[in-house]
Amino acid sequence: MTTLFTNTRLIDPEAGTDTIGALLVEDGKIAKIYDDPDAYGNHMEFICNSYGKCLAPGIVDIGVKVSEPGERHKESFRSAGRAAAAGGVTTMVTRPDTLPAIDTPEVLEYVTRRANQDAPVRVLPMSALTRGRQGREMVEIGFMLDAGAVAFTDCDNVVVNNKVLSRCMTYARSLGALVIGHPQDPDLSKGGATTSGKFASLLGLPSVSPMAERMGLDRDIALVEMTGVRYHADQITSARSLPPLQRAKANGLDVTAGISIHHLTLNELDVGDYRTFFKVKPPLRSEDDRLAMVRAVADGTIDIISSMHTPQDEESKRLPFEEAASGAVALETLLPAALRLHHSGDLSLAQLFRAMSLNPSRRLGLETGRLAVGAPADLVLFDPDAPFVMDRFKLRSKSKNTPFDGHRMQGRVLGTWVGGKSVFGN
Amino acid sequence: MTFRHKHLLGISELHPREIQTILDLADRYAEQNRNDGPREMVLAGLTQINMFFENSTRTQASFEIAGKRLGANVMNMAMQASSIKKGETLIDTALTLNAMHPDILVVRHPHSGAVNLLAEKVNCAVLNAGDGRHEHPTQALLDALTIRREKGRLHRLTIAICGDIAHSRVARSNIHLLGKMENRVRLIGPPTLIPAGAADWGVEVYDNMAEGLKDADVVMMLRLQKERMDGAFIPSEREYYHRFGLDAAKLTYAKDDAIVMHPGPMNRGVEIDGTLADDINRSVIQEQVEMGVAVRMAAMELLARNHQTDPKGVMV
Repeated sequence: MTTLFTNTRLIDPEAGTDTIGALLVEDGKIAKIYDDPDAYGNHMEFICNSYGKCLAPGIVDIGVKVSEPGERHKESFRSAGRAAAAGGVTTMVTRPDTLPAIDTPEVLEYVTRRANQDAPVRVLPMSALTRGRQGREMVEIGFMLDAGAVAFTDCDNVVVNNKVLSRCMTYARSLGALVIGHPQDPDLSKGGATTSGKFASLLGLPSVSPMAERMGLDRDIALVEMTGVRYHADQITSARSLPPLQRAKANGLDVTAGISIHHLTLNELDVGDYRTFFKVKPPLRSEDDRLAMVRAVADGTIDIISSMHTPQDEESKRLPFEEAASGAVALETLLPAALRLHHSGDLSLAQLFRAMSLNPSRRLGLETGRLAVGAPADLVLFDPDAPFVMDRFKLRSKSKNTPFDGHRMQGRVLGTWVGGKSVFGN
Repeated sequence: MTFRHKHLLGISELHPREIQTILDLADRYAEQNRNDGPREMVLAGLTQINMFFENSTRTQASFEIAGKRLGANVMNMAMQASSIKKGETLIDTALTLNAMHPDILVVRHPHSGAVNLLAEKVNCAVLNAGDGRHEHPTQALLDALTIRREKGRLHRLTIAICGDIAHSRVARSNIHLLGKMENRVRLIGPPTLIPAGAADWGVEVYDNMAEGLKDADVVMMLRLQKERMDGAFIPSEREYYHRFGLDAAKLTYAKDDAIVMHPGPMNRGVEIDGTLADDINRSVIQEQVEMGVAVRMAAMELLARNHQTDPKGVMV
């Protein structure tokens, strides 16, 4: 099956370009890219004339929580997969913080089977780093790699014991495995539901200084230097964390960093009158921090933007702020929210897709994330300007906990293709 | 009359004129409470439920007396012993009670914002009797009434709030109220008990009683909330008393006619000297308790009146 996209704005994050052209998909791969926007070949089965619309490599989203096994009422592979397809996410890299945690090859095989059955997009599972995410014994890293784990992380359970973490990292290094950390000092950030400052203090909520993130990052980087492991920090959200990150990169350590879309587009004031849909982990930061993070994405200090998709049911959120669960769903809102940064003039489309598609693919050693001949045809076609008002009950996710409910947004996904096959839209 | 709210959840949402309205009415009730004159039963036939998710004796008694003096049917629910132990959520508890059609709900909860959440789900008037470290509006109002009666005005005063600001909802409500009425507010305490960002609240922050109390008209002491402390905040109670406890010697830094206040219950010998607390020439602690009933009567009357006359015209 072949598909030709004509008259399309091609967003190429590798070259950093945004040009009008045409793109031919054949046998699930990108077969040809034309400079002539009206290129027509012969024998086309399907022609997509998408005048003025944008075609970009599909999003590779590191850190999606699909609540299988354990909490399928919050999100299943079917619902998450549909949400991903509707949001232009062609690869979900799933988190192991399920019930039970994904810490044995058997559970990983279950997850892979469920994903293959039900999800229309690619699913790459991550494994826990320690058994039960308890921070005591490492998982069978070798077996987990064989079973298809793409990275190892205990998510927001920070491994407190430095000796345990250093051994996990040393062992992971020998196998070339990627370790993903959650930089936080767990004692300092314990119970913190907001970022400390005048605003959190007025609300009377328990808060945590952004310094807890810096301290966690400092510790992790020291251990990376010691062990030489490939390391990715899941979320760097505060300006105070940037200097150590830049130093580590300058020193040649194999370190990358990510950030959630919420920390790039929202700030602590959005919590307003104790709105629990804005409770995320780490908590939303000050506007100064948010702006610093946007600049850090632009200059490449922060490599990866992800959704940190965390489904929570109504009961977990309809509680006093301190008791409410953390996290927000974001598979479907990732692209429209990211486009806010494009419309505000902070980031170009190519820069956005570098952080959402190219960099995560590279970090995981995938072929995707590029608009290049021979690359898999994982593509998203979107209208960057189409306006809409977000209605959380129209989300495909089983859980509807989006902070963007009622927000005016700009940018709609028109179609998503995985390996050349349409999974959403036309 | 200037008071258009459906609930009394915090001082932050009140206009200075609304604060005056409550205080003026409370002043009348204070006189009425002292005299044995005829009482207006303005809450007759209304049901008032006191829901206390956190232990309280003083505030709950004050609300109960206030309601009964105005003729309301008052019911106390000790929520710690009831359904929440069985796993019911706050919202379900609220909906259950709402179905019984109370007119006034008085709520205290250990978590900040919990009373706001509850108020969204019920039809009746909700009074915040303290939520976590957020607000305790009737306490700030009774403090304001006490100050106004003692000092003859509620503006251009220098008021020092001393002690455990970090864990105190009383301090937050007072900072809102005294700031709105154009007073000079100072916070004094060890830095571990001053909340982050407090200097941006339009107050002056001190960690030294001698400097902070200088020329103060009002000295407001706060209780050291040992039950909310889960780590190292102060080295010991005796060092705290030595540096931040109010005694006659430290009070000399303030103005000669400065009054001493405390929201109670007091830790004598921790944040305040027992003799000073009992000194009727300086301490107005008993008057604060008295004004508490008057202020709560006024607040409940205003809310009930709004709710009855125009349920749709009041602001949420």
